[in-house]
Amino acid sequence: MTLDDLSLGQRAKVLEIAGDDSITARIMEMGLTPGCETCLIGTAPLGDPIEIQVRNYRLSLRKSEAARISIELID
Amino acid sequence: MMVTQVAQSAVTVALVGNPNTGKSTVFNALCGMNQRVGNYPGVTVEKKLGRFEFEQQAYQLIDLPGTYSLAPKSPDEIVALKVLLGLQPDVATPDVIVCIVDANNLERNLFLVSQITDLGIPVVLALNMIDVAKNNDVVILAEPLSRRLDVPIVEIQANRKKGLDELKRAISEAHTGQRPVVGHQFPDAVESEIDRIREAVDPLGNNPRSRFLAQRLLLDGGGLIQLITGPDAALLDQVNQSRQSLSQQNIQLTAVESISRYQNIQRLIHGVVKHPAQRSTSLTDRLDWMLTHKLWGSLAFFLLMMIIFQAIFSWAEPVMNFVDGSVSVLGEQVAAGMPPGALRSLLVNGVIAGVGSVIIFLPQIFILFLFIGILEDCGYMARAAYLMDKLMSRVGLSGKSFIPLLSSFACAIPGIMATRVIENHRDRLITMLLAPLMSCSARLPIYILLIAAFVPNLAFGWFGLQAMVMLAMYLVGVLVAIPVAWILRKTLLTGETPPFVMELPEYKFPSITTVMRRTWEQGMAFLRRAGTVIFAVAIVVWALSYFPHPPGVESSIRDRYAGSNAGPVDKQVEDVIGREVASAYLQQSLLARMGRIIEPAVRPLGWDWKVASAVIASFPAREVVVGTLGVLYSVGEDADEGSTTLREKLRSATWNGTDRKVFNLPVALGLMVFFALCAQCVSTLVVMAKETGGYRWPVFTFVYMTTLAYLGALVTYQVGMMFM
Repeated sequence: MTLDDLSLGQRAKVLEIAGDDSITARIMEMGLTPGCETCLIGTAPLGDPIEIQVRNYRLSLRKSEAARISIELID
Repeated sequence: MMVTQVAQSAVTVALVGNPNTGKSTVFNALCGMNQRVGNYPGVTVEKKLGRFEFEQQAYQLIDLPGTYSLAPKSPDEIVALKVLLGLQPDVATPDVIVCIVDANNLERNLFLVSQITDLGIPVVLALNMIDVAKNNDVVILAEPLSRRLDVPIVEIQANRKKGLDELKRAISEAHTGQRPVVGHQFPDAVESEIDRIREAVDPLGNNPRSRFLAQRLLLDGGGLIQLITGPDAALLDQVNQSRQSLSQQNIQLTAVESISRYQNIQRLIHGVVKHPAQRSTSLTDRLDWMLTHKLWGSLAFFLLMMIIFQAIFSWAEPVMNFVDGSVSVLGEQVAAGMPPGALRSLLVNGVIAGVGSVIIFLPQIFILFLFIGILEDCGYMARAAYLMDKLMSRVGLSGKSFIPLLSSFACAIPGIMATRVIENHRDRLITMLLAPLMSCSARLPIYILLIAAFVPNLAFGWFGLQAMVMLAMYLVGVLVAIPVAWILRKTLLTGETPPFVMELPEYKFPSITTVMRRTWEQGMAFLRRAGTVIFAVAIVVWALSYFPHPPGVESSIRDRYAGSNAGPVDKQVEDVIGREVASAYLQQSLLARMGRIIEPAVRPLGWDWKVASAVIASFPAREVVVGTLGVLYSVGEDADEGSTTLREKLRSATWNGTDRKVFNLPVALGLMVFFALCAQCVSTLVVMAKETGGYRWPVFTFVYMTTLAYLGALVTYQVGMMFM
């Protein structure tokens, strides 16, 4: 599953970020690298973008960007 | 003499850090009033320099633009990198780098720190907002962390001015201490390619920063880094070879830097930085729940935008009226003390009016930037972009374009200046090109005059026809902006969609000094950069409407009145004569000649040469068209949109030598559409030139908007005439 499938409050571990362009580079620079933990904390009123918690801060990204990020759930 | 001596021996300190770390607050706290803002030559990146003294030593502080990474993606980041590498010719190479780090968010902040320490320049780490971190139960053991990083750490609270002396001492010690040793960060395969590139960069091995440069050359795609080194075929060959060799080993260059650095960071902070296991609900969590809530968040946003809009639109008005009033009083005073003639007209209608046309924008600029400053500093700006992103992405922009475009409904100038919050160059440019299409307050006098004169005052239930026409004028710009944005994206400004990945910072109480200072700087930047050109254009248009000025025109009118009415001329007659003289002079001025020349081109819009001249005269500012029409139809210069005489004169104006009326409903609607879409505002174009670094885009904007305006007016008039 990918990060845009996460529901509110669910925690997940990042497995891989697809793509080899500036978007992927930016996602990783911001700390979303394989192995790190994340959690969905909100969705914008119009349904996109989403707000996640990563490395103890809040990050927002579009669903299209979140769809590049494969994750597995942590129970 | 003293000043130059200090300047020669000053230690250069660069201030770097992520956005939202309170970097400007640190800069202000260190330098106080000893700072100045300028521009790096050739680019529109703000250059902030300040100085302070510590133990008889002078320090020059360079505040670099906030960034998350040194991999350059924007002009801001290229400048930052050039300064750090000592390649920016107008500033000295930094002797010490101070990294401002948000103590709440150490892990991600250390990513930039780890890039900075690779430079080999002494680094001091300033752990800011340490109080907030303690409140959030974040534990940072600064001493062991400092040892592991091999970088001195100072805990500060810039907003309370705490820890500043310790920071200054650490800077001084770092400067006199030993140069740090740069360790390896990456897998061996990557490190050996970095070594190869380094040999190509600096074969003699005497540039201490060559390793860092080699790192960036290898890791940064996009080719922006080549701008820094210049064309060097052998070097580029080596970089391409290294990249190829790594991709054959299945090492992904976009990923390797982040993965390696974050792995190192996790090792570094293990056991010395502790966050509470169970996140307690913080103030930011509670505020965010409300402010990004589907209903409450949207309502709060809507309310806030209403307040901002109302503020630029109507709170600025009394101040603008005051400026306007002062300028005309000053003009009258000067006029009263001088004999009539070209010099008086130049001073009153050229110089004083020209200065007035520049400072009239200051109230709106100050108010908008006061709001933007507060919203940015308290953390809401990122939420506004978050809320509006979906909507704006429909036209291919991001949520960050919303506030600049909204502000442009009051005035495009602060709107264009506000696009600086958009990091992506292309998004920023498109936003700037669309901003003048939003109906600004300067269009209002034209709408009011023409609607009152030509649109019947009918009501359909609750809605008056006049109000609906006014609303339609506001909608015209928005509806045209959508396809314009789309076409720009598909033609001139193509390329991949920029990432929206954006930090949502902790909410905090805005720093009053930081906000006030930023607001003041924006106003002064406008005066400094745009003021002179706007003033110059006002003088040129004055000259066009004044010259030629043969004395015969006035004397023949006076003779006519003297012939019909011998004896002393009373005040009322003198006023009529004055208006006729002004009108007669304007009618034979260069401006009117230009109007007559273009009349054939604007006849399909239903305009005569007087309308054409008034439109040309309104190039410095749209609202001038009302006053110019007033003079041309000899109502007097003081005619404004509420003047009934001007309305009557417009209604009764006829084509030369016939009794056919110039103005009817279709002409008036067409003229309104023209002004809704045209770029008749030299100040907007000049500000755009300053923000884009050249006249290419303002010229493009003027051409595309004038074409749209002409076509819009043509269609409105021609379709309207079918119903007449």
